[in-house]
Amino acid sequence: MSKRKVKETHMPVGECISQVQMILRERFCHQRLPEKPVGMESQHKHLLELLRRTAVHGESNSVLIVGPRGSGKTMLLNCVLRELLEVKDVNKNVLPVHLNGLLQTDDRIALKEITRQLNLENVVGDKVFGSFAENLAFLLEALKKGDRSSSRPVLFILDEFDLFAHHKNQTLLYNLLDVSQSAQAPVAVIGLTCRLDVLELLEKRVKSRFSHRQIHLLSSLSFIQYLDNVRSQLSLPQDFPDTKFYDEWNDGIKTLCEDQPVVDVLQRHYNSCKDFRSLHLLLMLALSRVSASKPAIKPTDLLEASRVCMVDSKANILHGLSILELCLIIAMKHLNDIYEGEPFNFQMVHNEFKKFLQRKSHSIHNFDKPVVIKAFEHLQQLELIKSMDSSTAKIQKEYQLMKLLLDHSQIMEALQKYPQCPTDVKQWAMSAFG
Amino acid sequence: MAALRQHLGYEDEKLQRVMERLPCRDVQASMLLALMGEPEQCSYPSIFIYGHRATGKSHVIHTLLKELELPYATVSCVECVSVGLLFEQVLLSLFGSDSASLLSRSPSLSDFVRVYKQLCVQASAKQTRYIVLDRAELLRDMEANLLPAFLRLQELVDDNVMVILLSEIVWDKFRPNTGCFEPLLLHFPDYSKGELQQILSEDSHPSYSPELYSAFINILLGVFYSVCRDLRELRHLAALNFSKFIEPLEQGKVKESDTHKLWRNIEPHLKKAMQTVYLREVSSVQWEQQLQMEEKEAGAVRGLSAHAHVELPYYSKFLLIAAYLASYNPARTDKRFFLKHHGKIKKTNFLKKHEKTSNHLLGPKPFPLDRLLAIFYSVVDSRVAPTASVFCQISSLVTLQLLNQLGHDDQLDAPKYKCAVSLDFILAISRTVSFDIVKYLYDFL
Repeated sequence: MSKRKVKETHMPVGECISQVQMILRERFCHQRLPEKPVGMESQHKHLLELLRRTAVHGESNSVLIVGPRGSGKTMLLNCVLRELLEVKDVNKNVLPVHLNGLLQTDDRIALKEITRQLNLENVVGDKVFGSFAENLAFLLEALKKGDRSSSRPVLFILDEFDLFAHHKNQTLLYNLLDVSQSAQAPVAVIGLTCRLDVLELLEKRVKSRFSHRQIHLLSSLSFIQYLDNVRSQLSLPQDFPDTKFYDEWNDGIKTLCEDQPVVDVLQRHYNSCKDFRSLHLLLMLALSRVSASKPAIKPTDLLEASRVCMVDSKANILHGLSILELCLIIAMKHLNDIYEGEPFNFQMVHNEFKKFLQRKSHSIHNFDKPVVIKAFEHLQQLELIKSMDSSTAKIQKEYQLMKLLLDHSQIMEALQKYPQCPTDVKQWAMSAFG
Repeated sequence: MAALRQHLGYEDEKLQRVMERLPCRDVQASMLLALMGEPEQCSYPSIFIYGHRATGKSHVIHTLLKELELPYATVSCVECVSVGLLFEQVLLSLFGSDSASLLSRSPSLSDFVRVYKQLCVQASAKQTRYIVLDRAELLRDMEANLLPAFLRLQELVDDNVMVILLSEIVWDKFRPNTGCFEPLLLHFPDYSKGELQQILSEDSHPSYSPELYSAFINILLGVFYSVCRDLRELRHLAALNFSKFIEPLEQGKVKESDTHKLWRNIEPHLKKAMQTVYLREVSSVQWEQQLQMEEKEAGAVRGLSAHAHVELPYYSKFLLIAAYLASYNPARTDKRFFLKHHGKIKKTNFLKKHEKTSNHLLGPKPFPLDRLLAIFYSVVDSRVAPTASVFCQISSLVTLQLLNQLGHDDQLDAPKYKCAVSLDFILAISRTVSFDIVKYLYDFL
């Protein structure tokens, strides 16, 4: 009776969960902008002030935002842009141009993209006419004609800035920074990069035109803040339709973040890396285990998610090898032990394996050489072993020098976990020299 | 599993049907389903799935996407010799037939993203779109910006799209040096012996009982499991050898229950198959037709490697023998082997060798042309004039890839060679000219 009543006044659990998934997934996967960037107030203020000077007063600027992957460079910039565009006059006045080093791989493509995004006159429909030189001349002409007071400011946003520095002669960067230095149309050049040494990549003439203004986003997050962040990331927003479910969920999250095993797991993740993206990955995995029949995140979910994140992928691959392939890897390990990391070829490995068969093995019958070669080639395909020299066609495949790309501890650990590993193979692996 | 079905927004029957088609993969399939979520929810930008060959990576993905009728594009990176082909295929399967005409002739990634955005605005689906890239390890060899761009495609095109990469190789070998958006890693573990048995037993022969087929699979795994865990390979071998297995039953020699006799009959046959069919020495057709139907002795057919012996002219044979001796013997022993009056050489000094330095382990060493000719004149008993034809034969041996020439800087003046034939090959050659090569090889003294 009471159960039915609950259902009448509130949404059913399935729908609630669906809503929760919707909200949290958008947070973790779609990188939705937060209200205010956390832990980077000074940088935010600095960048906002700078861009406002360009947008309102027509001052030309250039700035680099530098920080490791997943430290929130794009988020900061987008927050600032959102805030900037909310100002009344600026909204109509500013022209943002977004470029990405991954997409615009050379200056020609970048230039087309700029003209397209600026909606310049030579664009008809979707096609851009004219050669590279004409385009550049046209664009520079258009920028030069403007002056501080009358023309609209342009914001050039260069994502993956370091890739633009690999373009030929750095023509695009030179021209953009040159415009920003001389009294022409007001532009702001904002570069985002994850390379700390990005200034070393620039040519001298380009470097001298850059304002050397850098905003560093180096995370100074303490573990307490990290934990707070986890809680706020998992909590539901105020405007969630079902208040009862909202309370239950947020209380559940609060107790979850005080649970000792969960704190340990988060501490381990914090120690390995502090960026938000790996945290989002972890939380996403935990969230995917929530369903209508289990409408809350339990500590076990987080532990399981962390196990999936932390797993050693090479150990997984080793687990799936056949006995013969495993024996070859052990033979390679022994060769590495004896000859101290010298490269080996197939003949040596086969010789070592044959010695094992003659002396010790009872469980494995003799394999023909071609069968062993096939196993060896499979290992090479999996990139567990790598050829030392690239000129493969010249040498017979038995005599190609190879290198083992596995650690001894990895091999031993894989042996322990291997299902139904014969005892003599195990003993052979343990014995010091073959 | 049952819990999952309640809320995912798909029909129960469909999910039921999907799960039936994925034996031994329900853990992975349900995890994938949970990650994909409901069709209109946001999805993680990229998922990287790795696992051994034939562990059901593409099968699981395709069955899920196809049966649940989601918009998806699958591209095999082997087929895409240029990135343009890749873009074209993605657009074709996501947006229909006339979408690819918007791309220019050799499109860049920038064009692709622009066209994608444009089409996306026109046909904004509520559902998540999926792009499956099979054999993703080949993406590394294409343009350097392709892999990082696909990993953050969701951000670049601003659409609810998920990129799924399938590969045999672990993610550590993919990471570009300036880093990228890290995908979600998912492992498909190998099938255990029991699971292999279960899957293989499913396609049993209609005219025999499933138990008999299962017993056959058990014997097959007993022979092949320590060498091969590839499901496809095992299935192929099972299909090839089943008719041999039931032969005694058809002739009425044994009953179905007499597994021991059946085992005795099939086991040597399977061992032979490992040396021939498994290595593709004998093709499957040859194996089926000649061996099973005509009841010849298995393996009597000459395999591919048996055809490797080539007919050579008389002097070419000796040249090749001389090259082999020059490659595998140290130069300091030449005097002892090939000179009649070689003076005194201390035997202990001569026989000083270690296993590691054995040339049959380390591979052939290069030698100059002069040494080749000196050994050649010593092993050929008759007088041979150094005519053009002898030198011609050396260069034609190089063309046949029986010899390798090293360092192309000097063609005429003291070129260096290496011998590129195996011991078995040279033994066969020297037998035809009745020359005992083992007596002259330092490693076999």
